Amino acid sequence: MKISQVAEILEAQVLTGEDKLDLEVHSACGSDMMSDVLAYVKDQGILLSGLINVQVIRTLLMMDMNCVVFVRGKMPPAGIVDFAEENGVVVLQTELPMFESCGRLYAAGLGGADTGKEPECPECMDGAENE
Amino acid sequence: MSETLHYHFDVDGASFANAGRASVETKKLLRQLGVPPEVIRSISVAMYEGEINMVIHAHGGDADVYITEDTIIIILKDVGPGIRNVEEAMKEGFSTAPENIRALGFGAGMGLPNMKRYSDEMHIDTKVGVGTTIELWYHLNKH
Repeated sequence: MKISQVAEILEAQVLTGEDKLDLEVHSACGSDMMSDVLAYVKDQGILLSGLINVQVIRTLLMMDMNCVVFVRGKMPPAGIVDFAEENGVVVLQTELPMFESCGRLYAAGLGGADTGKEPECPECMDGAENE
Repeated sequence: MSETLHYHFDVDGASFANAGRASVETKKLLRQLGVPPEVIRSISVAMYEGEINMVIHAHGGDADVYITEDTIIIILKDVGPGIRNVEEAMKEGFSTAPENIRALGFGAGMGLPNMKRYSDEMHIDTKVGVGTTIELWYHLNKH
């Protein structure tokens, strides 16, 4: 799924990263606990979060994720958006609550990143087949 | 390439907003040096958790990164309160972080377990009232 589709499904505003909306994402993760993101997320994807601080962006950078969606209508301050922009992270913002945001994306075919399941990309499927 | 590269970072303990700066910088350096991406990911997560811990618990400290041809060592050193019970601190979910840190997205008791999970070797040297030094080792030939 393209980030542009994610934005459309979530009726989200693009706060930064307009030039990266064509990037493909294969999975998403919803969490306000950055430690859990660092512990359990397995592959690149989108983070949905109701937590607004600069550590959300740093967590994404550490995990090679390239898009964050701030849910529940929370608006990040300019400093956070600027930091994301400097580091090439797409920032979306939606009025929808966390549960509905995740539900809409899941129903549209985006997988979970934190289930321990192999991601659905061809080069990663090989490992799963060998089990 | 037999020499050791050394990078030093001051981890500023005064501001939670600055926690993670050294990890972001280190990640950029490792990318430039062509370190394999999966190793970079592991180092990033472990060092970031370590840095957050230093800011939450120990008023910051020093982060040193040593890179040789086959090994990367991250040394995180603080003069904070020390870890009273390392075995307990290594359990997932055990945390002594205050409630306000949880509200910032950390303090879930995953810091040290994550550092262990994302390193080839982790050595903790801690003394109550003196400080903590954690070494994270990565053997590049293993990956």
